[in-house]
Amino acid sequence: MPRRRSTTTKARPRVRVYPLGDAAALAELGTRLDTAINTRAIALAAALKKRRDVRQAVPGHASVTVRFDPEQTSLEMMAAAIRRLATKRPPVEEPGRLHRIPVVYDGPDMDDVCARLNLSPQQVIALHGKPIYRAFLVGFVPGWAYLGPLADELVLPRRPTPRTRVPAGSVAIAGRQTGIYPLTSPGGWHLIGRTSVRLFLPDSDPPSLFRAGDRVKFFAASE
Amino acid sequence: MTEVLRVDEPGLFTTIQDLGRPQAVGSGVTPGGAMDRFAHAAANLLLFNDGAAPTLECTLRGPRLVAQAACVVAVTGGDLQPRVNQVSIPMWTSVPLAPGDTLSFGGRRLGARAYVAVAGGFVGDRWLGSMSTNVMAGRGGMRGRALTAGDALAAGESWRPAQPGRTLAEDLRPAYGDRSLRVIAGPHVDRLMPESRAALFGSPFTLDPDSNRMGYRLEGPLLEAPGEDLLSFGLIAGVVQLPSGGRPIMLMADHQTAGGYPLVAVVASAWLPVAAQLAPGDELRFVETSIDEALRSRAAQRAALDSIS
Repeated sequence: MPRRRSTTTKARPRVRVYPLGDAAALAELGTRLDTAINTRAIALAAALKKRRDVRQAVPGHASVTVRFDPEQTSLEMMAAAIRRLATKRPPVEEPGRLHRIPVVYDGPDMDDVCARLNLSPQQVIALHGKPIYRAFLVGFVPGWAYLGPLADELVLPRRPTPRTRVPAGSVAIAGRQTGIYPLTSPGGWHLIGRTSVRLFLPDSDPPSLFRAGDRVKFFAASE
Repeated sequence: MTEVLRVDEPGLFTTIQDLGRPQAVGSGVTPGGAMDRFAHAAANLLLFNDGAAPTLECTLRGPRLVAQAACVVAVTGGDLQPRVNQVSIPMWTSVPLAPGDTLSFGGRRLGARAYVAVAGGFVGDRWLGSMSTNVMAGRGGMRGRALTAGDALAAGESWRPAQPGRTLAEDLRPAYGDRSLRVIAGPHVDRLMPESRAALFGSPFTLDPDSNRMGYRLEGPLLEAPGEDLLSFGLIAGVVQLPSGGRPIMLMADHQTAGGYPLVAVVASAWLPVAAQLAPGDELRFVETSIDEALRSRAAQRAALDSIS
């Protein structure tokens, strides 16, 4: 008996579309931190932005938040369009721009992180500086990018009590992600270092150094 | 572009706002813009301005402005008791000012934010496609800050001369006194424990003192929505998110652009202007409604604006 081969090589991606009130929707492409899903989310947001009935489309880690004009379309029509666009094979992604970020690894949480992970500072620095991270999402505050995935050995839950003031330029880790605080702000991530690179560029357009899909590599620097 | 008004007294927090900069959200910059888009548009349309032209958003205690040239203004939104030369003027109505006339406010009577438009539209610094004030970045509007005494406010050119006495019929103005905000259940509403769901859609909540243009922190029954952490997604004004502490936060015009807390409800778009008129200490309720009902309210609001132009 000939071996039966499936004609479709890839399962259709499952997209869940939730209403966000009467003029917006949240399209969820997945629930895991995953480069392929994130690539599709960014491509879907770009495709949606070109539609006349779409006011705004913002990619998340594995989702797109879309604001539409209910005078031109309906939630049902928008959901159908989202499903159609999401099942299209995303264009072959050009590698995002690569940013090399110097870090002085002297963060106030370095000792605590080492103790909790049972690693030396040198090991933490080596593990943090080894991968080329992906900017999964730019947002939350101006210039902030969620970078990942982080090495398994560095995964820690957030600090139970966030700091009320984290200095701008702090390099931090939490869960499977790492990031740089663009502005002095409250924050619950573990601070392992700092950089002098500016991430929020108010007089540039776009005003963020990182864009979703960019690649980021850290290296140890001394001041 | 001519100077039309001089700021004699800035009020509590008066900023230049238009419809914000939604395209900057992808860089993490808040969209900003007028909190009450209905009042903002109506003030402009009464003067034959583009509905998106910049206005002054005056919070709780309005400014005192002195006309430097003959101009026509309209005051809409929350009733902060606008006056010209100490005499009450009608709201939602175009009013002429002569050089030297003083536009001031008596105090909060209903709502929280009044909008002042001037014929030709106010002109401020443009940043990332919008003149809205972004205080955090210090960009847009009046040098990226709230108005201060001595500021000169300029207006653009009118393409059609404003007529004094144009008004929006009273029955077409938003019912700011009704603080039962119509909401549509959010994507993560099923995470709520049954008692929490009942409390969300049944109990009163009070805006805590730390409520502002970014969002309203709500005091009331603690809500529980256990579950796995969510990956961060893009946010919009009007979503009600529930952090692990159990106190919901309703995001407003200057909201953070992304987050990962469960979204338990979303304010119907026609009720955002009502939400925009709340201030710390005010009480609100969430009343669940359908998308169809929300769209009917939205269409009625649209028709009210169309009746002006």
